[in-house]
Amino acid sequence: MISFQRVSKCHEGVAAITDLNLHIQAGELLVLLGPSGCGKSTVLKMVNRMVSHDGGEILFNGKNINGFDVQDLRRRMGYAIQSTGLFPHRTVAQNIATVPSLLDWEPRRVQARVKDMLTLLAMDPKEFSHRLPHQLSGGQQQRVGVARALAADPDVLLMDEPFSALDPVTRAALQLSLKEIHRATGKTILFVTHDIDEALLLATRIALLKQGRLVQVGTPLELLQQPANDFAADFLGRSDGGLKQLSLRPLAPHIKALEGAPALHTISHTATLKETISLMATHRVSVLSVVDDHKAVLGQVQAADLLEN
Amino acid sequence: MPLSLVQRCNPVLALYLALAMGAAWSLPFLRLAPNRLLTGEAIYLRDVLLPHGGQGGAAWLLVLAALLCVAIGLPKNRAFQAGVMVAMACSLAGAWLLAGHFARSVTPADNMYARTTLGSGFWTLCALAWMAALDAIHRLQLSTLQRLLLQGALWLPLLLLLHAGQHLSIAKEYANHRDVLLPALLRHLQIVLLAVVPALGLGLLLAWRMTRVPPWRTAVFTVLNVIQTIPSIAVFGLLMGPLAWLALQWPSLGHAGISGLGMAPAVLALLMYALLPIVRSALAGLEQVSQGTVHAARAMGMSQRQVFLQVELPLAWPVLLIGLRTALVQTIGLAAVSALVGAGGLGQIMFDGLYSAANELVMLSVIPIVLLATLADTFFKVLGALMRTPTK
Repeated sequence: MISFQRVSKCHEGVAAITDLNLHIQAGELLVLLGPSGCGKSTVLKMVNRMVSHDGGEILFNGKNINGFDVQDLRRRMGYAIQSTGLFPHRTVAQNIATVPSLLDWEPRRVQARVKDMLTLLAMDPKEFSHRLPHQLSGGQQQRVGVARALAADPDVLLMDEPFSALDPVTRAALQLSLKEIHRATGKTILFVTHDIDEALLLATRIALLKQGRLVQVGTPLELLQQPANDFAADFLGRSDGGLKQLSLRPLAPHIKALEGAPALHTISHTATLKETISLMATHRVSVLSVVDDHKAVLGQVQAADLLEN
Repeated sequence: MPLSLVQRCNPVLALYLALAMGAAWSLPFLRLAPNRLLTGEAIYLRDVLLPHGGQGGAAWLLVLAALLCVAIGLPKNRAFQAGVMVAMACSLAGAWLLAGHFARSVTPADNMYARTTLGSGFWTLCALAWMAALDAIHRLQLSTLQRLLLQGALWLPLLLLLHAGQHLSIAKEYANHRDVLLPALLRHLQIVLLAVVPALGLGLLLAWRMTRVPPWRTAVFTVLNVIQTIPSIAVFGLLMGPLAWLALQWPSLGHAGISGLGMAPAVLALLMYALLPIVRSALAGLEQVSQGTVHAARAMGMSQRQVFLQVELPLAWPVLLIGLRTALVQTIGLAAVSALVGAGGLGQIMFDGLYSAANELVMLSVIPIVLLATLADTFFKVLGALMRTPTK
């Protein structure tokens, strides 16, 4: 879908991006991860030509992005940044309708789309359509930002640290919403963050950058298990890397048949290993009953089994 | 807890009333002249109120002093402020009524030349009553719209009683000039609009350019500031030469109305004066638009034009309005001077009055100018109150 081929970028004589080769598959949620100033945001902005690249080629659907009309290209890519990006003088509905209106959709179609988008982001269209951005909470503003980016049904969604200004609870809720939207729509998403936990939670693949160079690309588990070098190991959290892996592993394979009476404390069968161990530590027990969505007991898990494959 | 005298006293109102007493006592309320060119004999308010040689002057002063005491003693609640406002509106109408009544009683029906002109006492009293009423309205703490409505309503009693002054000199001047007054007003408006509308377009363009190319800022502001310091009459004069030359070189321009005299130099000079407030406020407005908003607009595929028209301009608009208001009010006033280069308008009547020492004629042209400026000011205040959009 998007392909970087030997891409480089100089900023005032200093190399900002060096020899970047990266191929993003359709339907991926690729997270560009790295410390501040590593160039991850620049990489994102090069895709919709908000920043031009100096060397190499960037292909979108197999075609060089410089071959597109720049406005046409941008309208085909949803774009979400921190809440500052909403238009303060336009209502929620008008904000979401921005790109559809630029594309001259019929008003009825735009209206219907706005309603769908708000519903998708778990906001009541009746309640929120006519509000102005400053009448929303930070989390709601960001939801509108995501809805606006998705409104014209773009091929690609570009997200530049969209949740970084939010409080942890709101951020977690929005991360889950985004994950759900990605699962439901199958959109290709390019997501920039410096937050390793956010990256591990959302990504199908992570591209780790350092000083404008690509350090490693792979699934979250691959990065945790086989970091390419010391920088990768440090950035992913050398000491608690194991704990992070647990958060990526499901509980399901470790469920055993019930032995005797069910344990007092229960856990959902969709939980991760991290959640399971956390619950055991909280209650100071080594056995938990596993229940399904309807609270029916499926079996049990034992602490000793969890760390073995 | 009883309020102390100082707390209860509204010093502004007390000052106005004291000044009014002084003006009523010492300034001529009216002047009686055998014809419109002579200054005439002074008539004081006490003569108008008490036809018998001003014997009751002391009594008249006592009435005002009593009013002053009442004003000091009353609690300063909203009812009091509303009362002051109504009283002042009535005073405005009352002064007019008194003057008109007096003029009718002293003007013989067959004398075409005798004039009863309004004296400095009349104008001072009206101005004080008006200011006292504005102060009272301000103290009522209303919304902008309500305040503006009340400020308009202040003049209702006077407007309803306008015919009572038909024997005053100013009404006679109006009767003599009514056929030129409306065309002059329209011409005045024409000059103002021809200057301000292009100034708005040009100012926006300059401000937009300045946000994109920073070196333009210093250059443009230097030029505009210099223009602002040149007296308007000098600019009219400076423009006469080049414009006359242009009209000579290209006669078609002359046919289109461009010449050293008339509208062209006036409109051009006023346009240049209007530019400074417009450019300054437009730039301030554009600069307070958040960079993140503009960035997002571009990233979503808006063209430069769309970003400007759909995002930057609407967000800069509330600040721009303030500069536009200044420019409009300033131009309405300055346009009067443009009569000196033959542009016409209300200034023409004003200068006629000045040259013939007919003060009433001057007032006849100044009042519409003040009215126009006030209306323009009010219009923008209402507009600003109606569209108070958040900018952040």
